[in-house]
Amino acid sequence: MNVYLLLFLEFFKIGLFAVGGGPATLPYLMELTEHYDWFTMADLSNMVAVSQSTPGPLGLNMATFAGYQAGGLWGGIDATLGLVLPSIIVITLIAKFMKDFSERTIVKSAFYGIRPAVTAVIAVAVIGLFQMALITGNTSQYPVAVGPLVLSILIFGLLQIKKLRNMHPVFWFIGAAAIGILLKF
Amino acid sequence: MKDYLELFWAFARIGGLTFGGGLTMLPMLTYELVDKKRWISEEELMDCYAIGQCTPGIIAVNTATYIGYQKKGVMGGIVATLGMITPSLVIISIIAMFLSKYMDHPVIMYALNGIRGAVCALMLNTVVQLARKSLVDWKCVVISIVVFLLALLTEVPTIVLVIAAGVAGVLIWKLEGRRS
Repeated sequence: MNVYLLLFLEFFKIGLFAVGGGPATLPYLMELTEHYDWFTMADLSNMVAVSQSTPGPLGLNMATFAGYQAGGLWGGIDATLGLVLPSIIVITLIAKFMKDFSERTIVKSAFYGIRPAVTAVIAVAVIGLFQMALITGNTSQYPVAVGPLVLSILIFGLLQIKKLRNMHPVFWFIGAAAIGILLKF
Repeated sequence: MKDYLELFWAFARIGGLTFGGGLTMLPMLTYELVDKKRWISEEELMDCYAIGQCTPGIIAVNTATYIGYQKKGVMGGIVATLGMITPSLVIISIIAMFLSKYMDHPVIMYALNGIRGAVCALMLNTVVQLARKSLVDWKCVVISIVVFLLALLTEVPTIVLVIAAGVAGVLIWKLEGRRS
């Protein structure tokens, strides 16, 4: 099948099933690395960093980036349009026909089950990110990328301080990049 | 035509000036749509947010479609959404172009390895925050653990797990309704 058609369909599927916004697209993007050679897990980690430190919703940024990796400029536009089309259809239908949609008990009870499930699939995706960034695919002499591992534990610790948690993610990335360059990670 | 341009431009500004999406967009949405344009009330914005969160897709896009639809019907929803995605398309395409060109440079590689450590920490923190909000009782904890193990150890597609959890939520509601 044509790569643009395939990209559009795959991102349409993500737009239709990623409940919970941007982070919820991550498990699906990870599945794409298993089925296509559009981008790798390492690319995905770069995408998350770039998407979090540039303006625009995380999910849209990741779709544009992923599409770009797969099919250049048009690939980025293609994937993003695929991602938003289900939203346009679903939301228009809800706005037109179901005024009290989010108040309905059946919707509420479905989401009572969906929310913990989404947390779990994102958790598994993050484990995949850890494996890629910290354990395999690194050029250092250790089996584990010691530098990034220590750095990520340190940052996670600092994020438990409420004041630091509300800081813009770009500052963490700038700091981490500077440390990476200085210590030659 | 002027209305559509205004709609496009308002959402392009929101998309271009907010980072992260989801809840972090709320102050910007309130400023642009409630305070400045007076298109909707604060309550309507909250309703719209609730809908955006419990429907599939990017929350920012869902919100844009909903408000665009309220203003100018189906075309309004489409125009607002196109406005929302335009900044992402432009900015990310430029960065992706640059990054794929200089990726193999050693300094960029060191920087990216450092950034990867930060990405892991931030995403792990996102999971912790999500868990705090979504695991409201023991049934949610059970659903979460079962889905976690299935996603980690089996090849069951994510889509199937999410739909099954939604069905489980409805079943729990039916069973509890019968008991009480």
